[in-house]
Amino acid sequence: MSYVMVALTVVAAGLAIVPLVAILGYLIKQGAGALSLEFFTSMPKPVGEAGGGMVNAILGTLILIGIASSVGLPIGIGAGLYLAERGGTRLANLVRFLADVLNGLPSIVMGIFAWEFLVRPIGHFSALAGGAAIGAMMIPLVTRTTEEMVRTVPQSLREAALALGFPRWRTSLQIVLRTALGGIVTGVLVAVARVAGETAPLLFTAFGNQFFSTKLTQPIAALPLQVFVYAISPYDEWHAQAWAGALVLIALILIISVISRFVVRSKHGRAND
Amino acid sequence: MQTRALQAYFGSTHAVRDVSLDFPANEVTAIIGPSGCGKSTLLRCLNRMHETIPLARVEGEVLFHGQNIYSPDVDPIALRRHVGMVFQRPTPFPTMSIRDNVAAGLRVQPGERLDRKQVDAIVEQALKQAALWDEVKDRLKGSATGISGGQQQRLCIARALATSPKVLLLDEPTASLDPLSTQKVEELVYELRKSMTVIIVTHNMQQAARVSDRTVFMLSGEMVETASTRVMFTTPSDPRTEAYITGRFG
Amino acid sequence: MQTPSLPATVTTPESRTLPTLATPLAGSPAAPPSRVSIEGTVVADRVYRAAIFGFALCVPILLLLIFVEVGVAGWPALRQFGFGFLTSSTWDPVAGQFGAAPAIAGTIITSIIALVIATPLALGGAIFLSDFAPSWVRQPLAFLIDLLAAVPSVVYGLWGVFFLLPLLREDVMPFLRDTLHLGATPFFRGPAYGPSVLAAGLILSIMVLPYIAAVSREVLMAVPRSQREAALALGATRWETITGAVIPFARSGIIGGVILGLGRALGETMAVTMVIGNRHELSASLFAPGYTMASLIANEFSEATNDVHLSALMAVGFVLLLITLVVNGIARWLVWQTGGSRS
Repeated sequence: MSYVMVALTVVAAGLAIVPLVAILGYLIKQGAGALSLEFFTSMPKPVGEAGGGMVNAILGTLILIGIASSVGLPIGIGAGLYLAERGGTRLANLVRFLADVLNGLPSIVMGIFAWEFLVRPIGHFSALAGGAAIGAMMIPLVTRTTEEMVRTVPQSLREAALALGFPRWRTSLQIVLRTALGGIVTGVLVAVARVAGETAPLLFTAFGNQFFSTKLTQPIAALPLQVFVYAISPYDEWHAQAWAGALVLIALILIISVISRFVVRSKHGRAND
Repeated sequence: MQTRALQAYFGSTHAVRDVSLDFPANEVTAIIGPSGCGKSTLLRCLNRMHETIPLARVEGEVLFHGQNIYSPDVDPIALRRHVGMVFQRPTPFPTMSIRDNVAAGLRVQPGERLDRKQVDAIVEQALKQAALWDEVKDRLKGSATGISGGQQQRLCIARALATSPKVLLLDEPTASLDPLSTQKVEELVYELRKSMTVIIVTHNMQQAARVSDRTVFMLSGEMVETASTRVMFTTPSDPRTEAYITGRFG
Repeated sequence: MQTPSLPATVTTPESRTLPTLATPLAGSPAAPPSRVSIEGTVVADRVYRAAIFGFALCVPILLLLIFVEVGVAGWPALRQFGFGFLTSSTWDPVAGQFGAAPAIAGTIITSIIALVIATPLALGGAIFLSDFAPSWVRQPLAFLIDLLAAVPSVVYGLWGVFFLLPLLREDVMPFLRDTLHLGATPFFRGPAYGPSVLAAGLILSIMVLPYIAAVSREVLMAVPRSQREAALALGATRWETITGAVIPFARSGIIGGVILGLGRALGETMAVTMVIGNRHELSASLFAPGYTMASLIANEFSEATNDVHLSALMAVGFVLLLITLVVNGIARWLVWQTGGSRS
């Protein structure tokens, strides 16, 4: 009985990774065929013409990540510092709970909220609205990692800084935050990887753009949006481009994930020597 | 530095009870007593570190250069720049090099910013004073966590000295050190009183006898006796002091 | 002098010159060395505290803003259609009639399918990882499952459109309906188009699996060693230890993880939109196309022609928001109870 059940857990673990292998395998097979240097350097071709690239969408995604980070990082890190330093208060517990709830907010709801709040009053779609929408999705993730990482910094280090005449704010920023930086960077990269692939919040904010645009007040193309539009189109050339775009998106996210693991490792390495 | 009717609490725990003491300038005063007697808490009241703990509070006065450090117009941060402190366990800042650790306190000093050369000179001075210069002079840019525990503790002393405080508080500075490092720190304490007032908390009576000019004996939050170290260890006036220093309890 | 004897004295000239060297640093604002300035206020610290307090407040404010903005925008539709908005299955933008029952039902059905498939696999995988896997398997496998959580929704959707849908249409659906004769039940009836409630449920199960697995694993690892050792010491097998000691201890955390997965499934948008077929129809058959609340919004929002239509979509968003807030609140509470910490 016991052995059968243990074997079943092995089977379950195996089945759990089958879809991943299937998805990645199929993605690489389909995407690699459509991918070329041109993909990174050219604009999309009109319907019916093969080839072309997504340089506008790749750049757009990077710009959106930039806007999102400048919204999400200060708020997330600041709120995380507050939770770590003011941990026990009732407000802190509420904020922590709400951050976790916000983390589970459906991305489409964030999308319609951003439209109602940022697009409708202004009157048109914009890169800023899209970036702000996915930046808001970064906040809970960054808040919780910052809190967890700052908590691992020993109290004695804070006391040492205070006793040297460091004001609280410098103790927090120059000693505590700097000591916890490795872990925080990891958390930030995980958050960036997550929002880089977000599509739903961008549908009615950044909107997408078939042309080359870097204007923050105008609609902007994004890789996941482009993949979506091409995937549901009826054209085979566009399907191929969608696969190539998806492969680039996954590669981008994979690279960010690997870097984040490397950051953790190097941090531990330093602590041990 | 003096305390007047000093009381310290942790929530409802009364940790320091009505202590009035003088710490003479340019002398080493040792505070001894069994663990939990409030000696560390007393020390932490002298640079207003006690209040950084949640629910902790202080009553009474501490006079520093004639000024009550608990009066509302005193900035605890400015005070701490004149009253250095070294803790039980070494606390080097792990993200900074050895040099930057020593220079850390200088960065928060008011007034003009020092240039690189001036900082380097002060770092060298402080490390020499802490008898660490020869051991680390070739690795000043190295990680501060890459040196031994004894070296780290002397680094922390150098860090406290770099800002030339008027008073140095040492909270069982050798508790986590090996005998050789302990001896080095003791020699250092003995030297320091030429330039500052030193107050050292220790649970080690031999250490108090070796390094201090005056000794304070505390028990259950109260100051039992204070006298010159020689008198205290030869002819204590309170029977409880005698019991403690002859090893009958604690 | 009452100086105690000291073994060795190190007198260095430096120690005497240090004060002079450093005088301009320490005492600089006030003049003479005898007078030391310790007065001042802690303005910067107050500013700092106010700043991080302000950042922390952004979290509840943001949530409140979302709640109010979406609620206010959806209010006209909710007021006009009342309770019927939740129960009516007529969604006709031309006639101005809006009832979200098919989308709500679709959301619940796809999420149930997802959980029924994903929970046993995720839990089995988590038990394997926490208790049986040798360490050389544990790390890479945990990494792979984490990676599954990092794949963007739109990529799942792409895979769903070009791999899962043809597979369902050509093989799985005919097999279920004809070979297994499940077509006799109302649930597996009708033509095999591909895009369907079943496809959405399947793709959701793949997507929520890593979340449930990650939380369950964390909760299982948080069970104290003593719990396991106590059971083993009583002569339990390793499997009996799991079912008798570990799982009861971690139960509420695991349930929390499953509900967290439910929260993801309820709100998942892109992949579902791409495979569910997007039709306002209530059908008992899982082979039929349908809608979820999220996919309804994604699909119709940019084409919403009039204010009522827009308000109705906002109202759907508001209902979805309410449901996920409750579900996530319960899940967090359960996970916190058992001491797990991660998302």
